[in-house]
Amino acid sequence: MGDEKQMTDSPIDKVAQATPAPLARRIRGLSDRAIAWIFVAPSIFLLLAINIFPLIWTVHLSFTNFRANRPNRDVEWIGLRNYERILSDSDVWNTMQATAHFLIWTIVLQVLIGFALAYLINKKFKGNDLWTTIIVLPMMLSPAVVGNFWTFLYQPQIGLFNYVIGFLTGADPSSFSMIGDVNLAPWAIVIADTWMWTPFVMLICLAGLRSIPDSIYEAAECDRASKWRQFWTITVPMVLPFLMLAVLFRGIENFKMFDLVVQLTGGGPGAITELTSINLKREAFEKWRTGYSSAYAVILFVTVFGLASIYVKALNKVKER
Amino acid sequence: MSNFIKGLLTLRRGPWEMVASILIAVGVIMLMQPFVLWLFTYSFIVTLVGTVMFIIVSHFPE
Repeated sequence: MGDEKQMTDSPIDKVAQATPAPLARRIRGLSDRAIAWIFVAPSIFLLLAINIFPLIWTVHLSFTNFRANRPNRDVEWIGLRNYERILSDSDVWNTMQATAHFLIWTIVLQVLIGFALAYLINKKFKGNDLWTTIIVLPMMLSPAVVGNFWTFLYQPQIGLFNYVIGFLTGADPSSFSMIGDVNLAPWAIVIADTWMWTPFVMLICLAGLRSIPDSIYEAAECDRASKWRQFWTITVPMVLPFLMLAVLFRGIENFKMFDLVVQLTGGGPGAITELTSINLKREAFEKWRTGYSSAYAVILFVTVFGLASIYVKALNKVKER
Repeated sequence: MSNFIKGLLTLRRGPWEMVASILIAVGVIMLMQPFVLWLFTYSFIVTLVGTVMFIIVSHFPE
């Protein structure tokens, strides 16, 4: 009889039957709010353990001279000295400038090419969906794969990129090395990132272009506005919030850029393509200056947090439209 | 302009968020500019003030 009953019961009933009577009584007596807290508590605990605690610990370490490779050494509280050192270090300043070069040119190129592609894709033509899929493909690849892929493309002897440049300009393809030349390496990482992330900007611009009602263009046609005027007085202002969103998002992402550049140039030649995140990793895990690199991380965190605040504000404005 | 100043004086969210955003943007520009080292040195404090201000003023009434 008992076996027959167990076979017909659902798993929930089985769990309920297995719960000891005192515990079942106690759970039945809980309010909805208490039950909600029981469900949410594990997530909150994990969030505190994985996100908040390391953040607080990093801030704490940034005021010390702690070195992770010498855990038994006495840790001294040195106040703001790490921050003073970082913010007066010309090497850190140089990495910030390398990051700025990367950031500015990737954003300019991605916005221009992304908007142009979105404008073309927004026109109705045969094979529109197929072209959209092909254009979006680079974005789906892993940054490590893209880095490796472009390393081969940039090879002076066998690289397709050098061959195309040689074909177009008449220069010998093996006469220049994109990732070995101090003047060309910063552009090599800009080109690879632009190739990978322009589709993302294109998608955001496409969303903006498709949100413009046709009736506005029809009204402009009735007023005999030229295509050029329609572009500057309707298309650009209506897409601008979406473009700003794309700029902020790419800005934040490229400020933290690590994997693609490490795979492509490793920060070289010299330290010409050493972006802040690569420099930070070297300070933390090659020189083992944990306190110093914690202060460095806090500076980058505050900068990214500030930019992200503006990003969220811009996002809300777009949502309000 | 007068609305902006009035908003600042009456502690409204919009104008104060604008001030905080400008501070953050100025801080980031100071951090990455290649011209003067002292601007780089003071960039963090400007960004920090802007970010903390943004967190506080986002709780102001509209």
